[in-house]
Amino acid sequence: MSVKSTPRPAGQKPPFWRDRAKRALIFQLLLITAVAAFLLYIVGNTQDNLSERGITTGFGFLSNTAGFGIVQSLIDYSSQSTYGRTFVVGLLNTLLVGGLGVLAATIIGFTVGIARLSPNWLIARLANVYIETFRNIPLLLQIFFWYFAVLRTLPSARESMAFGEAIFLNVRGLYLPQPLFESGFGLIPATFLVAIAASIALMIWNKRRHEATGKRIPAGWLSLVLIFGLPLVVLIATGVPVTWEMPELRGFNFRGGITVIPEFLALWLALSIYTASFIAEIVRSGIQAISHGQTEAAQALSLPRNLILKLIVIPQAMRVIIPPLTSQYLNLIKNSSLATAIGYPDLVSVFAGTTLNQTGQAIEVIAMTMAVYLTISLLVSMFMNWFNARVALVER
Amino acid sequence: MIHNRDMIPERPAPKSVIGPLAWLRANLFNGPINSLFTLIGLYLVYLLFVPAIQWAFINADWIGTSRDDCSREGACWVFVNARFSQFIYGLYPSEETWRPNIIFAGFFTLIAWLAIPRLPLKRWVAAFALLAFPVIAFVLLHGGYFNLTVVPTSQWGGLMLTLLLATVGMIAALPIGIMLALGRRSEMPIVKSFCVVFIEFWRGVPLITILFMASVMLPLFLPGDINIDRLVRALIGITLFQSAYMAEVIRGGLQAIPKGQEEAAAALGMTYWKRMGLIVLPQALKMMIPGIVNTFISLFKDTTLVMIIGLFDLLGIVQAALSDSRWLGFSLEGYVFAAFMFWIFCFSMSRYSQYLERKLHTGHRN
Repeated sequence: MSVKSTPRPAGQKPPFWRDRAKRALIFQLLLITAVAAFLLYIVGNTQDNLSERGITTGFGFLSNTAGFGIVQSLIDYSSQSTYGRTFVVGLLNTLLVGGLGVLAATIIGFTVGIARLSPNWLIARLANVYIETFRNIPLLLQIFFWYFAVLRTLPSARESMAFGEAIFLNVRGLYLPQPLFESGFGLIPATFLVAIAASIALMIWNKRRHEATGKRIPAGWLSLVLIFGLPLVVLIATGVPVTWEMPELRGFNFRGGITVIPEFLALWLALSIYTASFIAEIVRSGIQAISHGQTEAAQALSLPRNLILKLIVIPQAMRVIIPPLTSQYLNLIKNSSLATAIGYPDLVSVFAGTTLNQTGQAIEVIAMTMAVYLTISLLVSMFMNWFNARVALVER
Repeated sequence: MIHNRDMIPERPAPKSVIGPLAWLRANLFNGPINSLFTLIGLYLVYLLFVPAIQWAFINADWIGTSRDDCSREGACWVFVNARFSQFIYGLYPSEETWRPNIIFAGFFTLIAWLAIPRLPLKRWVAAFALLAFPVIAFVLLHGGYFNLTVVPTSQWGGLMLTLLLATVGMIAALPIGIMLALGRRSEMPIVKSFCVVFIEFWRGVPLITILFMASVMLPLFLPGDINIDRLVRALIGITLFQSAYMAEVIRGGLQAIPKGQEEAAAALGMTYWKRMGLIVLPQALKMMIPGIVNTFISLFKDTTLVMIIGLFDLLGIVQAALSDSRWLGFSLEGYVFAAFMFWIFCFSMSRYSQYLERKLHTGHRN
């Protein structure tokens, strides 16, 4: 193949469409123009549509009275409260189910993931059945299953299932005893915080000493004893300043205690069980990613089995596990928005649902809802970047 | 010297090493803790699987037409039987179901053709599946041409709608995802930041808010006289959502191609689009297939959310059937059936993606 090319006379510049820098500039200008034109078109249409329907834009509606009640709220709320307060109640409910979901999913997920690698054939099979069943069924279906097929078919309040006269489960929800703190209880959380600070100091001291002298004490166990033992000692020393308010059946319903609504239970169960199946896979692959040579080398150094796990396998596995784990946490929080399908009063349900329908302020409401989730996502991905930079392997 | 010229005949391995008993001892009862775990596991199996099998098979009713045929204490599959065609086709008129049937047959043939490595003409089949088949499917399902009666999208539903939402979302998201992934790797700052913001925005919000946005805000964005079909609105939302996830999968694949490939192509004087289209993307796309299948599985499960904005996908139609006053109290059967359908699809797809990963895994395993 011969290519015919005439050399360009010296001093003559190439035409602008052959100049990379200029081409990039033109292309980007075109992109900006296109995006700007598109946005202008949308904004123009929206203004026309809004004025046609008589909807005023702006966030003024947030201080209007909401006029509807919410079945579960962590702060004071009544139908006289404002839409702004509705937003806060929804946000707190989202964070509540998200936080408890993350906790439960982590516990179940790590247990199942480790069980999946068990040398015991039956346990490994069972863990595999769990993973393959729950991650291949849509989450919404699982939420419906727990809500409509399990919790809605429970007996009524009069025939509720009792667990030791303190915990009751019926179609209206789960009733738990509520602790009532007497004066002097404030000391216990304070000791708890002190114990945590002391354990952190102990860990740092132990690590420095280990690096300097090679000697180490079992700081992990010591701090566990410290964190749980110290508050317990204080609790007993102050004469247990807590009384429990038991739920009691009065008429057709229970009074007193903590009521966990069935919507919360269904959402929490489904979210934890579903996400746990993904976490289990992450844990399994994280542990398997550690090459066998690492374990063998540690054995050759005659490290005991628990130290091999603690010093060699887990630190390296965590590096593989944590990035996908955080994205699963994020998924769990985003998935908690499915609450709206069964009426758990989360952000999407009370704000993008009820508030949107009552006020018609579609743009403001959806924008605020999306902004909340985006903020959470951004915070998590900032944490991820920080973590990756911290633990990244420095390679040759 | 004593010589034994004959070979000593092979003897079987000792009983303590082979055979089912030895297997039991090695895998289930090696040590007290493991034995305890095995017993706990056996108890769990007894607790969970025995009642489940009794309910679903042994004590179940299978044939009949109304709820009076459900006499036994187990599952009543009569309910699913009676509603089966609705669960598959939604409210599609029953004399027209041959149309979705043809599409189902074509769809599964194409998928099988593309998935089985031995079959030839992959490139042409893929082009047909991505370009021509969606048009044929629309013409056949919607009607209005060739003397076919029009079936409005509000009557589409069931498994048909679930598959349709997932595949259309996927096919539409593929080119957008490729563009976004290339843009995110671009050296042009404005293009790059535009793509980053676009991807992170759609990945950061839950699909349900996107669907709300598509169904509530989209009509506000367009001139008042344009009215978009509800199904199309959902599809727009799903496509935007999916393209962001797709872009990240494709970016991962692009990163796996050594830079030398692109540099060598540049040294041969290829333009950007030739370098990408002929050198980088063909190599990268092959490696991305497992990742693409995985995002497709999540999308397939996520399509259930469209029932919240009033479309009747498989879960939506099951949920609607459960509130039928003639069939109250069969929610467990309905959910188990829907779960089983979703499970079959997702499980086989995830197995396929694992198989591909093993096949494509040519790296060095330590």
